[in-house]
Amino acid sequence: MEKTTNITVAGLGGQGVLTVTDILAEVLFRAGYDVKKSEVHGMSQRGGSVSSEVRFGKEVASPMVPEGESDFLIVMEPTQVEVNRHKLRAGGVLITTDDVPMERLSNPKALNTMMLGALSKHFELSEESWLTVIKEFLPEKLHALNVEMFELGRQGAR
Amino acid sequence: MNHRMLASGNEAIAMGAKACGVNIGVGYPGTPSSEILDVFSRLGGVAQWAPNEKTALEVGIGAAFANGRSLITMKHVGLNVAADPLFTIAYSGTPGGLVIVSADDPGMASSQNEQDNRRYAVAAGVPMLEPADSQECYDFTIRAFELSEQFRCPVLLRVTTRVCHSKCILEKRDLETTPRTGKFDRDPKSNVMIPAYARIAHRKLRAKLHELEELNEKGEFTRWIRKGDELGVIATGISFQHVRDAAPEASLLKPGLTYPLPLETIRRFAASVKRCVVVEEGDPIVTEAIRAAGIPVEGKAEMFRFGELNVNRVRRLLAGDLTPETPPPAGKPPQLCLGCPHRKSYEALRDLGCIVSGDIGCYTLGVLPPFEAVDTCVCMGASVTVGLGMRKVLPEAEARRVVSVIGDSTFLHTGINGIVEMVYNRPATGHVVIVLDNSTTAMTGLQEHPGTGRKLDHTPAPRVSIEEVVRGIGVDNVDVIDSTADPAGFRELVSRRLSSNDTSVIIVRRPCILALAKAKSYEGKNK
Repeated sequence: MEKTTNITVAGLGGQGVLTVTDILAEVLFRAGYDVKKSEVHGMSQRGGSVSSEVRFGKEVASPMVPEGESDFLIVMEPTQVEVNRHKLRAGGVLITTDDVPMERLSNPKALNTMMLGALSKHFELSEESWLTVIKEFLPEKLHALNVEMFELGRQGAR
Repeated sequence: MNHRMLASGNEAIAMGAKACGVNIGVGYPGTPSSEILDVFSRLGGVAQWAPNEKTALEVGIGAAFANGRSLITMKHVGLNVAADPLFTIAYSGTPGGLVIVSADDPGMASSQNEQDNRRYAVAAGVPMLEPADSQECYDFTIRAFELSEQFRCPVLLRVTTRVCHSKCILEKRDLETTPRTGKFDRDPKSNVMIPAYARIAHRKLRAKLHELEELNEKGEFTRWIRKGDELGVIATGISFQHVRDAAPEASLLKPGLTYPLPLETIRRFAASVKRCVVVEEGDPIVTEAIRAAGIPVEGKAEMFRFGELNVNRVRRLLAGDLTPETPPPAGKPPQLCLGCPHRKSYEALRDLGCIVSGDIGCYTLGVLPPFEAVDTCVCMGASVTVGLGMRKVLPEAEARRVVSVIGDSTFLHTGINGIVEMVYNRPATGHVVIVLDNSTTAMTGLQEHPGTGRKLDHTPAPRVSIEEVVRGIGVDNVDVIDSTADPAGFRELVSRRLSSNDTSVIIVRRPCILALAKAKSYEGKNK
């Protein structure tokens, strides 16, 4: 893959946007890609809009996804879809909570791994490569929940 | 051991400092610099939070006078506080390496201004390195200490929000240096800046900068990417990365040691292309320096002075596109957390119709609805003194409505000076200072401070008592109250103090809800 692929993850502070983007970046790094990840910390912690970006490919320059060039846009909060839509390129893939089996989300804190599961279908990487990093990045007591939610997200909405 | 990893710029600076044997890291938390010392501490380095940036730099200077290596971290506005020691230590230098990280925030993701601290390097005469990614953060940190010792001068490591917080691939070296044992050699002519010695030191400093410029021309810190000769771009820091995407056909020159600049290298580069443009975030500092050397280059339009650059903006900048930029759709603004102890305090101040002189922290968010209860905010510690100034000029009835509101970490940073001012130059109507004590440095990510009773690594430390400090200074009334548990009592207390001519400090004490669980776990471990 010569072209850089751009992924934007958006939501609200406290939803685990930054954690799940860290996991995503690590999975892609281990798959052998050049990876850059960008976000803004600080005041956004106080319940405001949060977004984080991952770019990967053979060689990535800017850590920030150019405006309107996201190949994938994952939005974890319905109110944040329109706010972020301009980031998606024409023909890009939008993943919202409508694309995951929300009725089976047993803990709202694991929505981020469920959404990651939905995204993971678009890449030719083994399920194991995702689960390994999820387990490394999350405390052990959360493994069972997040593995389940990831797999549900990967299966998609009914 | 795995040497290849994804790391943020802040993590890379900490790893670089650990690799090259830094004796001590000192700083004051501030976005986007805050993570550096936490990581350095977790790696086993000695790191501590100072009450403020001036204190931090001075402790670092002492360590470097004793031949140690010290890393000082702060956000851009912190260097304003630390500017006094900076300008003089630039003259004398230290035998041990002294590296100051200035983390600037173009675009003000979490700051009150977007000042460009590259000006400080020029103003103080301090060499400055500007990394563009995590690898350079690591390499430049190590090199900064070497340069500081070779030239006996402090080095400014200037980073920006996107460099600090972006993660990219870092390849660490096989380098692990044990911090050296300190020693002090008497050398008053070098270390005591009385006028007679400072006159000599100033001349020495200018000679050092000249030598550094010659070193910089050798190319060690500069990347020259040869492409076509139609367009050449000179870019520094993160702008370099944006240009690579925005203009892949352009030849590129990226100086890494950006003060003093390698002007002869730049002259050759500019002559090698038909059109040469300088792309830099913030003020046109590099552009001005290059033009002053008589090298013809294009700068950027004024509209690109504001905010961060990105790939789209660099494309526009290079195309000379001056059409107005459409702001992105507004997201949900940050707000005080539900359950935040500041909420009840602001409800009371709003309902009492106070004129609120505010300060820097989460509680600045009290300016937004539903509270709209902050009337001024300038810089760290200014709430107390700005409130005093208002009281001096306003008619009595208005003066009585003025309160100063300050957080616990901010109070210990530079609020104490204001209390001394209040007691010494007391207004006729007295004054009321409210310390919103949530027992943490909340805004920047819940760091410890001298009032929490814990050190940077959360182990026990002597606790500085805010009430004892203000009593000791001579404030008339000192109260401690919880405005969430007793909102009516808080309202009554504020009203009573406002109607007197006394000087009063009301400490509203209730822990930050985000810090509560963490604080309990630290206290459990510390038993």
